[in-house]
Formats: sequence, structure tokens, C-alpha cells
Amino acid sequence: MSDTIKKKLMLDFPRCECEKPILYHLVKDYDLIVNVFRAKVTPEERGYLVLDVTGTPQNIDRAIEYVKTFDVIVNTTGKGVTRDEDRCTHCGHCVTHCPTGALRIGDRATREVTYNEAECIECLACVRVCPYGACASAF
Amino acid sequence: MKTYEEINDRIESGKAVVLTADEIMDYVDEKGLEAAAKEVDVVTTATFGPMCSSGCVLNFGHSKPKIRMSEAWIEDVLVYSGVAAVDVFLGATQLRHGDPANMYHPGEFRYGGGHVIEDLVAGKTLQLFALSYGTDCYPKREIRTYFTINDLNQAIMTNPRNCYQNYNVAINNSDKTIHTYMGTLEPNRKNINYCSAGQLSPLLNDPLYETIGVGTKVWLAGAHGHVYSEGTQHAGACERTAGGVPIGGAGTLALTADMKCMLPEFVRGVSLRGYGVSLALGVGIPIPILNEQVLKWTCVRDRDIKAPVIDYGYEYPQNTGKVVAQVNYEQLRSGEVEIEGEKIPVGSMSSYYKALKIANLLADEIRRGDFQLSKPLAYLPKDNAMKPLVAREKPA
Repeated sequence: MSDTIKKKLMLDFPRCECEKPILYHLVKDYDLIVNVFRAKVTPEERGYLVLDVTGTPQNIDRAIEYVKTFDVIVNTTGKGVTRDEDRCTHCGHCVTHCPTGALRIGDRATREVTYNEAECIECLACVRVCPYGACASAF
Repeated sequence: MKTYEEINDRIESGKAVVLTADEIMDYVDEKGLEAAAKEVDVVTTATFGPMCSSGCVLNFGHSKPKIRMSEAWIEDVLVYSGVAAVDVFLGATQLRHGDPANMYHPGEFRYGGGHVIEDLVAGKTLQLFALSYGTDCYPKREIRTYFTINDLNQAIMTNPRNCYQNYNVAINNSDKTIHTYMGTLEPNRKNINYCSAGQLSPLLNDPLYETIGVGTKVWLAGAHGHVYSEGTQHAGACERTAGGVPIGGAGTLALTADMKCMLPEFVRGVSLRGYGVSLALGVGIPIPILNEQVLKWTCVRDRDIKAPVIDYGYEYPQNTGKVVAQVNYEQLRSGEVEIEGEKIPVGSMSSYYKALKIANLLADEIRRGDFQLSKPLAYLPKDNAMKPLVAREKPA
């Protein structure tokens, strides 16, 4: 395969297009590898789909244009899970609940808890367990 | 040998040598105990974490006409008003009126007493609602008003128990996820949580209460306060290592300080899923290096401090006293401990990051001459043990 890149897409459906097999077309027509983190697809309601797509930059761009033909807001820079730097006290309660190590003790000496958004799979465990409400979900 | 007066003179002249409890061990290893004890004046200790036994006394001043509050709420959080007319006590773990608690388990506990205290210190506008039965001298029966901390005559933090000397390490041997004040514990020992600043923690640096006693000046969330008593559940008579370090809870401190002088960064409401609300506080306590022995105590390292691993799935709630294992803080801070052959990832409820920040802030204040040390008026007991609550039949 020629040079492929991985890109995170956050698709916000003001009203769900649940009759359209969007993922099928991303795989079949644009040769993308898709990895869905989370989705809410219920008829007649606002929905979302958060996924990683891997493919050539050209195919990813074309796929985004295809997705945009539906009533969808495509966000390629969005953060599905954010950490409020001010509210985080760096206690480290989250680190054993984070399955990918996106939240970890980044510095052994200062015990600072770092958050690497690129490693986050949006399981929302941190949102549930943080005693300070420092982690929040976009959806 | 140095006296408190000599140390305070050096602080006042801006010449005091101050190190944090995180730095002192390497310093003493390099210089030797004797030379270091002559040179160093103060070692700063600190901790930051949830401290449930915290609260504050507030005085609202009098309305026109006057009211003797008999029931009162701040932001719908009940405050105790069984004291004088417009005095109330606000406790850190009080839930907000209408909070479903654990009715839909696990409850979220988004707002409560600890959050009101955080909002007060942050200068936010809060709602007071109070009722009264009315008296000749206090005729008003109801009041609803909005205030900030600056409108209050006094806002005095009065915490019955802070700074536990050492603490349990929590694990879950059961086959269900449990929600505790030690955080969320996954079933079958999938994670383990501790809550102590270890080698930086105040009472672990003064294990026999030689300098920290009633009247000791402390840094409480940025305000200059005091130890006003031994803390509740203080139990000086406990099992200790050869180095004097308790291997379980042991000593506690009751702390007080003016909330109007506190820094919001170190006063944080806590929501513990499935458990309740609390308040996280930052505390810093300076230790005067009076002699070599006092300095030696401050050189305690994480590896020298052991804590008991307790099963919160069964043994803790049933108060059996069973200890699964002993681990030290160096093992805990490595991120993984081995219990009965199993490697378990470690989480923490206490922030070493914030504690380190506090130890350095306090050290800077002392170096600048802005924080003087005080000699205890009375010492904390070393000989008392903790008594259980016995459910007895009514005596004949």
C-alpha cells in the first residue's frame, strides 16, 4: 500500500442518517481501515460517530467529502475527551482505569499526570472515576 | 542544638536554610547528619488529598429584622445551625438537598459541602436560604439572599481530622466493582489505590510528634493556620517500624485557618462515584531542625514507610482488621505492586505533584521571611489507641 496516514474523525449527525451504510462505503469505495471508538445512532435523534480512518491522504479527503454530502458536521481536529488542566490535581486515580495509558504518570519525579489525546480511545473511564470532574466528553 | 527563637531569628533576617522533605535525604547523605543538622534550619513537609473530616464555621452577620437561623442551606447544601443566631457549620461531606445519593447506584455526587467550600474560597456568589421559628428578639422567619466570602464576618476552616500519618492501601478481593472513598476498585484485585504523600507527608517526617503539636503553625491551603488539637481518631500507640514509622493510620491533626486567605488551587470539592462528596486540601507543615534526631526523622524515604493492604470488598466494611499484605511507598510509586504473586497496577488518591508544589511554596515563604515557626503549646498523645463502637443492649 502507498503511504497511508491515520486520521481521527468526529462525525456529528444533527439527525441520524441511520438508513445509510456510511461505514460500508468508507471501506468499500475509499479503501479505508476504520476503527470505531464510539457511536450513537438512533433514528430521528442527534447522533455521533467517532472513528479512526487509515488510508491514503487522497482517499481520506475524498471520503470526508462523501460524508459531508449527508447532513453531517465533520470534525477532524475535535477532542472527544478533554482534560481540564486547572481541575486536574494530578492525583493519579485515573491511571489504572485508562486502558491505553493515554493518562499516565508522565514524570516519575514530579508525579505529574500527562494526557496524550492521540492514545485516547474514548472509553470514558476517566470521566467516570475522576474525583475532580477534570475529564469531560464532547458527547 | 537550635532553639525555635534562633530559627525564627534566621528566618526574619532572610538567612534561613530551608529544604523540602523531598530534597533533604540526598542532602544529608552528602553532607552527613551532624553537619547538615547545624546548617539546615527548616524542612518543609506537605500533603494534598481528600480529607473528609473538614468543614468551616461561617458568620453571616445580622439581617434587618434579625433572624435566629434554625435550619439553613447554602446552595441547597444543609449547614448545621444549632449554634448562635447567624453562625453555621458547613461540613465537607454534606450532600446537596435532593441528591439521589446511591439510589441509582453508583451515584455521581456532583455537588456537596466540599464544593461549597471550594466555591466560597474561589469568591463565587452563593445562595443562602434559612428558616426560623421566630422569637421576640429574632422575629424574622425566613431569608433568601446571595453572598460571597467577603460578605461574611468570619469564614474559619475548622477541620477535626486532617493529615493522617499513614493510611490503608485499598484492594478489592470480591468479584464485583466497588465504589469507595479510596476510589473505584475493580474486582479480583485488578487495581490498588493508596492515599498518602509518603516521604513528604507531615507526620511521617515527625513520627513521634516531637515538633508538630497543638499550636504548631501550618500552611493550610495557602493561609497561615494552626494545629488546634489532636485530630479525631488520633492513635499514637500503634505498631511502628524500628525507625519509629507507624505501619498504619496512627496520628492525625485538627487544623484551622482563615478561609479568606486561602488559595483556590488547594481547596477542591471531590465527587467520589458511588461514595459521596468530600474536600481535597493542601497542607504544608514546617519542621524546625532543632537537633540531629529531628533531622534524622525527616530523612525518611518512601521505601522505609510501610502501609497495610486491606480488602475493601469484605474485610474493611466488616471491620475484621485483616491485612492482606504490607507494601512500601517506593513499591506503590513504581506503578505496580506484587501481592501474593500477582502484579497489580497502582492508582493514588493523594497528589504528590501538588504536595511537592506546596512544600516548595512554603519553603519559599520561609526563605523570604514571611512564615515564622511556632513551638507547640502541648504535645500530641503517643500512648492512646483507637476504640471501636460497640453495639450494646440498653443497660438495665
